[in-house]
Amino acid sequence: MIESYGNINPVLAVLIHALIPLTIILVYALVAIWGERKVAGFIQDRLGPHRVGGWHGWAQSIADLLKLIQKEDIVPKDASRFLFKFAPFMMFAASYAAFAVLPFSSWYIGSMIDIGVFYLIAITSVLTLSVIMAGWASNNKWSLLGGMRSAAQLVSYEVPTIATVLTVIVVSGSLNLMTVTEMQSGNDILGFLPNWFIFQNPFLIIAFGIFFISILVESHRVPFDLPESESELVAGYQTEYSGMRWAMFMLAEYADMLLLSLLGVTLFFGGWNSPFGSFMSGPAWGFFWFLLKGFMLVFVMMWIRWTLPRYRVDQLMHICWGILIPATFVNLILVALWEVVF
Amino acid sequence: MKLPEEIFNYLRENNEEAGLEYQTGDIGEPWILVEASSLKPVMKTLRDDPQLLFDVLMCLSGVHYQKEEELGVTYHINSTSLGHKLAIKVRVPIDNPHVPSVESIWKTANWHEREAWDMVGVIFDEHPNHKRILCPEDWEGHPLRKDYVQQEFYQGMPTGE
Amino acid sequence: MEVMMNKTTDSNSERREMVINMGPQHPSTHGVLRLELVLDGEVVKEVRPNIGYLHRCFEKYAEELGDYASVTPYTDRMDYVSAMNQELGYVIAIERLLELEIPERVEYIRVIISELQRIASHLLGIGAFGLDLGAFTPFLYLFTEREKILDIFEKTSGARLLYNYMTVGGLMKDVPKDFKKDTAEFVKTFRPKIKELNDLLSYNKIFINRTADIGVLPEKVALNYAASGPVLRGSGMKWDLRKDDPYSIYDRFDFDIPVGSGEVGTLGDCWDRYMVRVREMEQSLRIIEQALDGMPDEGDVTEAVPKRIRLKEGEIYCRTETPRGELGYYIISDKKGGPFRVKARAPSFVHLSMLPAISKGSLIADMVAIVGSIDIVLGEVDR
Repeated sequence: MIESYGNINPVLAVLIHALIPLTIILVYALVAIWGERKVAGFIQDRLGPHRVGGWHGWAQSIADLLKLIQKEDIVPKDASRFLFKFAPFMMFAASYAAFAVLPFSSWYIGSMIDIGVFYLIAITSVLTLSVIMAGWASNNKWSLLGGMRSAAQLVSYEVPTIATVLTVIVVSGSLNLMTVTEMQSGNDILGFLPNWFIFQNPFLIIAFGIFFISILVESHRVPFDLPESESELVAGYQTEYSGMRWAMFMLAEYADMLLLSLLGVTLFFGGWNSPFGSFMSGPAWGFFWFLLKGFMLVFVMMWIRWTLPRYRVDQLMHICWGILIPATFVNLILVALWEVVF
Repeated sequence: MKLPEEIFNYLRENNEEAGLEYQTGDIGEPWILVEASSLKPVMKTLRDDPQLLFDVLMCLSGVHYQKEEELGVTYHINSTSLGHKLAIKVRVPIDNPHVPSVESIWKTANWHEREAWDMVGVIFDEHPNHKRILCPEDWEGHPLRKDYVQQEFYQGMPTGE
Repeated sequence: MEVMMNKTTDSNSERREMVINMGPQHPSTHGVLRLELVLDGEVVKEVRPNIGYLHRCFEKYAEELGDYASVTPYTDRMDYVSAMNQELGYVIAIERLLELEIPERVEYIRVIISELQRIASHLLGIGAFGLDLGAFTPFLYLFTEREKILDIFEKTSGARLLYNYMTVGGLMKDVPKDFKKDTAEFVKTFRPKIKELNDLLSYNKIFINRTADIGVLPEKVALNYAASGPVLRGSGMKWDLRKDDPYSIYDRFDFDIPVGSGEVGTLGDCWDRYMVRVREMEQSLRIIEQALDGMPDEGDVTEAVPKRIRLKEGEIYCRTETPRGELGYYIISDKKGGPFRVKARAPSFVHLSMLPAISKGSLIADMVAIVGSIDIVLGEVDR
């Protein structure tokens, strides 16, 4: 926490404190974009990028970034200029702000607030707003359709996301993500399994399944990438963007993937806790475990993306309102009953 | 399955007033020449008569016969159930190239007729959407006419090399 | 911002509809096709296809060349995805006018090559269809296979896309020594890949959800619009020119005609059209195997090629089965050196014309599926 920075100027301390997640996001985005291409390459029986920088083309993302920086920043003539320019930054700001309540290790959390989960869910809703903003401000019909699809899908899927988070809250009894993580320390289940929530209550496994589907939708990943579905809407709300503004969308999208994966890790997979009890645990190992688990979920998202076709708008809505939401609420009751009985 | 000649004889027995003519080239396939005025009833018979049942219009082509100063339309029809096929021709003078549309008999004629209008300049009466299809709407001339000269500029852009 | 909505008035109530241009630059129009969509939300109220962006007037070229044999390379450029089949249709038409006897060996090579081309074309069609629905990976798997066919073609003709290999009366040159071996090897390795494709894509739950009951084309409508090839067969009609109006030596081979059955949805939906293509690839493999067995090892492939083609007056309509359907050449000859009139009846052109009839009331996403499932090639539509 801030107090632990000792005698440094408080403003500087806040800055350093806030820069830690930003550094993680930026480095992660470069690695993840390269990684996604590599994963796609291997899944598709080809090599992926392998020229830039020598070893397996590791510098591909950096080269792309340099290219994007040099690109002309085009704003369409009839676009709503301010909103058009503002939307990508707002989108990234929203994902970045949400990282504040994630406990990266027992030693580091951006802001130790008691309503962490509530804050996170509230701030990620701004994503929807920025997507609509981008779609509408572009003055392009495809962008508009993309924005509208996104609004419909994000608003709908917030219900199952929140309801599954609620199931965890029923078990944990706290909205503070640090407390939630601390509750999952130790290896007591069946004598060897870690005390992660997913192992504590069988119905939470179902809850995790629903949660994972919902975060696929929330982060616009295949099979639910309708707002930017290339073959239908050209590029959805991103159609008119170029250069760095487009890169900001990309960055926000990857940051969002990581954010939601890390939330999943915190709620279901013990956050920064080591899977081996006190072995390899501690503040530094906490960082390692937390990010490793997050990256594993991100990898699964990539894996799904390069395997499945895409759903249609009405089918997506049906999955949400017809299947996931009733299932979540039934599951919520079952989790609560389990907690009362055992 | 019937040969074109048998179909011609059968048609003549049933539509006596229609000006039908059986023609062949030196090589290749024969065809039946029909007067433009009786094209539609003949085509209807061809499609609906239980002995004929031509249910598919395979192809419709416009032709410019420069020597005779005529435009022609050739219809290639096919029966999937009886397995026979036939070519029907219509020829009209170039200064009054009106041919009745068969769009109401075979829907596929819609685009083919538009193409024939675009390329050769045959006018199809009663066509629901009589517009150019391959060339832009404001293109000049009909490219597949033998005496066609390409316009030099299209909307200010040079068209030649 | 007021340009966004076009107000149109309904007879009873005032509605707000949006007219949107899908294409000419759009990822899933398979070339430069423009569809004007009238949308109510995402529901497509009306489709107006606009074509002609690739129009080169192939027919004018053919008439002005003054030579029958020089037209073949131009036919390549119509359906550039299955150029061999386009050539075959044209040379057969001229050969029929000439009443030419073709050597055995040439006939067998032609059949093998055009069936390989059919597989290659279907691989592209299926792959692009998957891509339209968001499945990226099958596309690349299929492209790997297509690559092997193109390698064989490259060895044979020297080109990978536009071959100019078949010529009136024969072939440009003989096949390379290891043609038989390469082809047999491909047939062997390709068979299991079809099963792999079925596991990955054909029976995928999401894929079925996206394609079943979409773009239903009843058999009656299909015939009225003169649909042919996989599109017609997808509607349940057993009609294949290789069997129903045999050309070349197709009557010697034993193969089935796969038809749509409404297995996962309604008869004649996108999935049926897709599946007909997948099953046709298996049948093509069967034909290739039989042709490889029957192909004579010796023989001059250019012996029947006429030095100069002179025709009397006459005309012919010659149709062959290309991967996309019935390709017809209507050729009128006069006493001059070249054709008086060549009309190519392209299957994609005909299939595209029925798009408004089968896509009314669908969603934008379905439009993409329907356009993908009729597998158009714009080079052929516009000619």
